[in-house]
Amino acid sequence: MTKTPAIRRWKRPPFITNPTLRWGLWVGAAIYLAVAFGTMEIDWSRVFEGATRGQRFIASFFPPDFSSRWDSIQDGILESMWMTITSTVIGIILSVPVGLGAARNLSWRPVYLFCRGVLAVSRTFPEIILAIFFVKLFGFGPFAGFLALSVGTIGFYGKLLAEDIESMDPVPAEAIKSVGAGWLQWLNYSVQPQVMPRMIGLGIYRLDINFRESAVVGIVGGGGIGATLLTSFDRYEFDSAAAILLIIIAIVMALEYTSGYIREWVQ
Amino acid sequence: MLRIENLEKRYQTGDLALKGVDLEVPKGQVMALIGPSGAGKSTLIRCVNRLVQPTSGKVYLGDLELTHLGSRELRRARTRMGMIFQEYALVERLSVMENVLSGRLGYVGFWRSYFRKFPQADIDEAFNLLERVGLDHMADKRADELSGGQRQRVGICRALIQNPDLLLVDEPTASLDPKTSRQIMRLICELCDERQLAAIINIHDVLLAQMFSRRIVGLQLGSIVYDGPPEKLNPQVLTQIYGEEDWEATIEASKDVEDEEDVLEAAAALQVTRVNPPS
Repeated sequence: MTKTPAIRRWKRPPFITNPTLRWGLWVGAAIYLAVAFGTMEIDWSRVFEGATRGQRFIASFFPPDFSSRWDSIQDGILESMWMTITSTVIGIILSVPVGLGAARNLSWRPVYLFCRGVLAVSRTFPEIILAIFFVKLFGFGPFAGFLALSVGTIGFYGKLLAEDIESMDPVPAEAIKSVGAGWLQWLNYSVQPQVMPRMIGLGIYRLDINFRESAVVGIVGGGGIGATLLTSFDRYEFDSAAAILLIIIAIVMALEYTSGYIREWVQ
Repeated sequence: MLRIENLEKRYQTGDLALKGVDLEVPKGQVMALIGPSGAGKSTLIRCVNRLVQPTSGKVYLGDLELTHLGSRELRRARTRMGMIFQEYALVERLSVMENVLSGRLGYVGFWRSYFRKFPQADIDEAFNLLERVGLDHMADKRADELSGGQRQRVGICRALIQNPDLLLVDEPTASLDPKTSRQIMRLICELCDERQLAAIINIHDVLLAQMFSRRIVGLQLGSIVYDGPPEKLNPQVLTQIYGEEDWEATIEASKDVEDEEDVLEAAAALQVTRVNPPS
């Protein structure tokens, strides 16, 4: 009599071992989704009635009118670009010390907590909230928009810089320390070369974001192309608004393309 | 040149990495420090230049006691100690020349180093050293374009341009193939000899240690268990350092290797001439 070896079955162990909990979570999620969709009120008759009005609204965007408001469009674009560039540069300059302080492997504990706090606060509020706040503080105009974008940049760039520094290779940094370099020399020779390529890429990406945000910020009174866009909506000049939207789309696409290209080149 | 007295290191985890080590390395001596992983070899040399802060004990470089130096004095003392690393520890995105010149950072001010305006004497010395290791034609290559052996040569140049009194060498060959390992060890030993440097070389390869060093110190669980010439390393001693294993083969091999030395020497000389391009 030959003994056949028992077949040993294998199944990947589930992520949540307790079956009641595992199935309970699935069922709970399904019930919540069903209830959430149930409470969403969609009045289909109203949607149907409004469809023709919506069609007229969309139609009034065409053909886009570039010429009749060209001067104010041009001013708005130039103001937005000014806001974008200054806020990106100032934001990045200010975010470097904050980012260095917020990198755990570089910084002294109280400084680390303080800088992380600064980053957390500036990342809590989206640019539009910051813009509303600065418009209240400093009045309408591009200065408020500039401040909002700068603060947003500090949060974005500082956090990513800190994280990049935390994940750098510590061994070359140790080597530069061992030759007797000072702290600034150490930063310049071992930290900077390691984080620079990524940070250049992120800087250009932020320029891109800031231009898009500059349009949003304008709508709440922060100046720039957003303000022009809002004015044309208020005057029911939808053909001019369409022109502005097309210009924004074109500039964002151009920026995105160049930023992608430059980032690839820097790597 | 280097004197270590009752050095102890306890890590925050509570592990006692060094248990009262006493050690003296005179000028011009190349000492090999062997021992299993976790014996405390790396900790020991890092306690000397204080990349790791020792818990207690004294370290003298010449007459200077190192363990209590303030940051400014420590920087000055570190310029006198060159360090060579296992993974080369080059800054990969800097050029070969910048990596070598970074060895002079302790001697030049921030703005000079920032604009890469090093004194001409430093630049001359950098070229001399690169020429000595056969890499002067690579000066403007980025460090990440080099092979492992070439990178370690650059690492050696960076340590030597400090004009140190002492070399701390941490597993210089652990990432290299056997032939390159021997070339690198030979180069380090020759350069120490030329410049009369004291050196501590951490190495886990017993054979290489026996080939290139006239003094071997065995470290086991943070204590020195052997200090003597390579010939006296017998199976008992190796068992004490590393634990139970058949050591006869290793010892036999090291004897063969010594006979082979001349052949290898000639081969290495050939290699160096080949590495140097005709200018």
